[in-house]
Amino acid sequence: MISDGVEDEEKWLAAGIAGLQQNAFYVHRALDSNNLKDALKYSAQMLSELRTSRLSPHKYYALYMRAFDEMRKLETFFWEETRRGCSIIDLYELVQHAGNILPRLYLLCTVGSVYIKSKEAPAKDILKDLVEMCRGIQHPLRGLFLRSYLSQVSRDKLPDIGSEYEGDADTVIDAVEFVLQNFTEMNKLWVRMQYQGPAREKEKREKERGELRDLVGKNLHVLSQIEGVDLGMYKDTVLPRVLEQVVNCRDALAQYYLMDCVIQVFPDEYHLQTLDILLGAFPQLQPSVDIKTVLSSLMERLSNYAASSAEVLPEFLQVDAFSKLNSAIGKVIEAHVDMPVAGVVTLYSSLLTFSLHVHPDRLDYADQVLGSCVKKLSGVEKVEDSQSTKQIVALLSAPLDKYNNVMTALKLTNYSHVMEYLDYGTNKVMAAIIIRNIMKNNTYIYTGDKVEALLELIAGLIKDADGDCENEVDEEDFKEEQNSVARLIHMLHNEDPKEMFKIITTVRKHILAGGLKRLPYTVPPLVFSSLKLVRRLQNQDENGAGEEAAATPKKIFQLLNQIIESLSNVPAPELALRLYLQCAEAANDCDIEPVAYEFFTQAYILYEEEITDSRAQVTAVHLIIGTLQRMHVFGVENRDTLTHKATGYSAKLLKKPDQCRAVYACSHLFWADDPAVMRDGERVLLCLKRALKIANAAQHMANVTRGSSGSVTLFIELLNKYLYFFEKGNPQITVATIHDLIELITTEMQSDGATPDPAADSFLASTMRYIQFQKQKGGSVSEKYEPVKV
Amino acid sequence: MVLVLAIGDLHIPHRAPDLPAKFKSMLVPGKIQHIICTGNLCIKEVHDYLKTVCPDLHITRGEYDEESRYPETKTLSIGQFKLGLCHGHQVIPWGDLDSLAMLQRQLDVDILVTGHTHQFTAYKHEGGVVINPGSATGAYSSITYDVNPSFVLMDIDGLRVVVYVYELIDGEVKVDKIDFKKTTAAAH
Repeated sequence: MISDGVEDEEKWLAAGIAGLQQNAFYVHRALDSNNLKDALKYSAQMLSELRTSRLSPHKYYALYMRAFDEMRKLETFFWEETRRGCSIIDLYELVQHAGNILPRLYLLCTVGSVYIKSKEAPAKDILKDLVEMCRGIQHPLRGLFLRSYLSQVSRDKLPDIGSEYEGDADTVIDAVEFVLQNFTEMNKLWVRMQYQGPAREKEKREKERGELRDLVGKNLHVLSQIEGVDLGMYKDTVLPRVLEQVVNCRDALAQYYLMDCVIQVFPDEYHLQTLDILLGAFPQLQPSVDIKTVLSSLMERLSNYAASSAEVLPEFLQVDAFSKLNSAIGKVIEAHVDMPVAGVVTLYSSLLTFSLHVHPDRLDYADQVLGSCVKKLSGVEKVEDSQSTKQIVALLSAPLDKYNNVMTALKLTNYSHVMEYLDYGTNKVMAAIIIRNIMKNNTYIYTGDKVEALLELIAGLIKDADGDCENEVDEEDFKEEQNSVARLIHMLHNEDPKEMFKIITTVRKHILAGGLKRLPYTVPPLVFSSLKLVRRLQNQDENGAGEEAAATPKKIFQLLNQIIESLSNVPAPELALRLYLQCAEAANDCDIEPVAYEFFTQAYILYEEEITDSRAQVTAVHLIIGTLQRMHVFGVENRDTLTHKATGYSAKLLKKPDQCRAVYACSHLFWADDPAVMRDGERVLLCLKRALKIANAAQHMANVTRGSSGSVTLFIELLNKYLYFFEKGNPQITVATIHDLIELITTEMQSDGATPDPAADSFLASTMRYIQFQKQKGGSVSEKYEPVKV
Repeated sequence: MVLVLAIGDLHIPHRAPDLPAKFKSMLVPGKIQHIICTGNLCIKEVHDYLKTVCPDLHITRGEYDEESRYPETKTLSIGQFKLGLCHGHQVIPWGDLDSLAMLQRQLDVDILVTGHTHQFTAYKHEGGVVINPGSATGAYSSITYDVNPSFVLMDIDGLRVVVYVYELIDGEVKVDKIDFKKTTAAAH
């Protein structure tokens, strides 16, 4: 027999609507023929449809809206009747003859509305009468809608200040009283709804009840719209009466909704001036009320209000809003011992935001809030549930977003204490937020102490986790994180060498303790940051010689040696070699030969022992030759040793063409622009000859292995090198050697086995063009080139 | 008319945290048709950033680039010009014009773009051009002291190329313009 409840409801609603429409038809006909008696009769019948108990609130609302539309027409008719001379007093009596109470009260409210409009009696008396009479309906759903109807028809007829219904006898007090009374009664009905019906349907009923909340809340909205409700009246009458009802109804759903409603509908300045009263209600609410959300939204509103204009800030100070909120939160947390961590942190996070907006100059307030939070967290080991960590991240982000300066956040002593409660993963998230903030605002952290504090704070990105719990970090994520740390290192900066030196030693300490896999990311920025300091110092005399802590290039080079050495365990020989060479050149610029030599030695050891990939060797050799070519600090002996080694490496590269190119590059090691440093034409020629031999060998090898001669590109490259030194005035390079080389190239290109090589052809062509160009250029160059035949 | 951005030696994050904000606001997507980058970016994030500025991106390998697949040299044709690209650490002595000219002859290009020295230069040479866009981040260099951030925009139009150098000096962007015409001698 049990049929689908929803389907039944649809049927009942349809039946209700049909009944309503049928009677409405008769009402219209009666109205058209000005038959008041019939109109009342059919209206009462029409309204009887609202007596149903079968509909859910949602469906009941649909029915009610149709009735409401009809009643507006009736109201117009009543109004016209009175204009035609019908006594409104009689009408008011007449409608009370309706047999059923619900239709009677709807009709009474409708006529009552016209009665007020006619001003034949004081509005307050009629309103009082109506609001009392409505007590006749105690069924929650029907009562709520009836009172909602009363509220609807009366809202534009309240004796508000400046309203046409205001009179000697009618004051705004009466308007407020009326609305408050209606509100109180409606809330009682609403609360009582939960007890109607079987206990097993409680959940469904609570949901339905939730849908009706706006009917009750509407009264608060009406109150907020009454002009005459000034701060005084709000404080003395409206708020205490509303809160009294809220507290006394002892219903969590109603309390949560109504508190939030009060906060949302009344102006912020009222809240500010009545904070004591408002906050006083919170501890009296039911334990299951979600107080933190309501309080947070209050603080959020006040924060926005404070942010809206600087002019309102004095009000906040005057009422000492921060202390009041702070103590209210304390009490709420105390009263709810089992409030989850997330809730506690949400409250403090809102309070912190409030404090930052209202008292941006009071860092002590912010610190106090963080301190309270720490106290509350002190029972827990690490906060790990996502809800709580999210809130802590929000809490810690607030000062960064407000001040856009991490230096300010570092002044909050409790900031780092809150961070300590984050688990490793969340610490990383927070650290990333801090770094982003620093980068976005271009904040330089300019003292050793602050750098120390910052690196401690963001330890999650600086140091490996204790234990191996974090082994599963995604490779890409790790890279991104560490690159952000690398960027950060450039922001740790001070122009003062002494302080900068302190910063460098601090960073070094932290990154060397960070774990091997981070070093390839963190070492390079630290090295270059240090080299920049060296450069700043190199032109100064060692003025601070007497001082212990003074930074000198020598001291920095010692640090650099240790820093780069740390890469050996990673291992990262290619990177280390590059960094050693950079340091060598910096030592060269500082004229410290032993240090430069030491760095070169380290680079050579790495080359010999660690760099095995042939392509990596080619690049490394070029970097060694390129750097060595620029060195002027070495004496003959050191220079010879290093050059000799470099040429040796060149000749031992795997591929012949690579050998050839590296060896001819070595020729530059014997020919500096400054003759005082190095000019040895003979050894230049030796290099070139050696390279030529290798090129020949390469050609020979190609013949043997492929049966055709290889590319002549190497020969043309060498021809260009010969021309280079010829132009530079190296006496060993004669016109004859150039002629020989050109002839060799032409022969090779025309030989039987030669494979066509357009790249080599155009290279040779452009080289020949170059010779022509130099011949025609004029001046000493052309004189030099004059004997060269092409 | 084609706009080509020549940029290089950013050394992010080894030597600089990021491109200067002023440069970033100038390098908006949609204006540039080609990017030629001499290398030393050094990380993928920078590569991805350049891609957003212009998807037609040509890069050669610097000695600090984490991406090992960038070629040592590269040539491409834009309009009537043949361009060559190389980081430059392979060309010894570093930054030496005569040695770079040899590379230019070898690649047989009208315009050779190299980096490594962090020093902006633009030379007319045997009818061709050798350009170094400097370091876009003003990164530390063992070769050049007091590096200002700089990059180059080339406006290639027919046989003419106008080279604009953008340099950040004391927080202000300074622009210089150098005009080159491809001579018929180099054009054949």
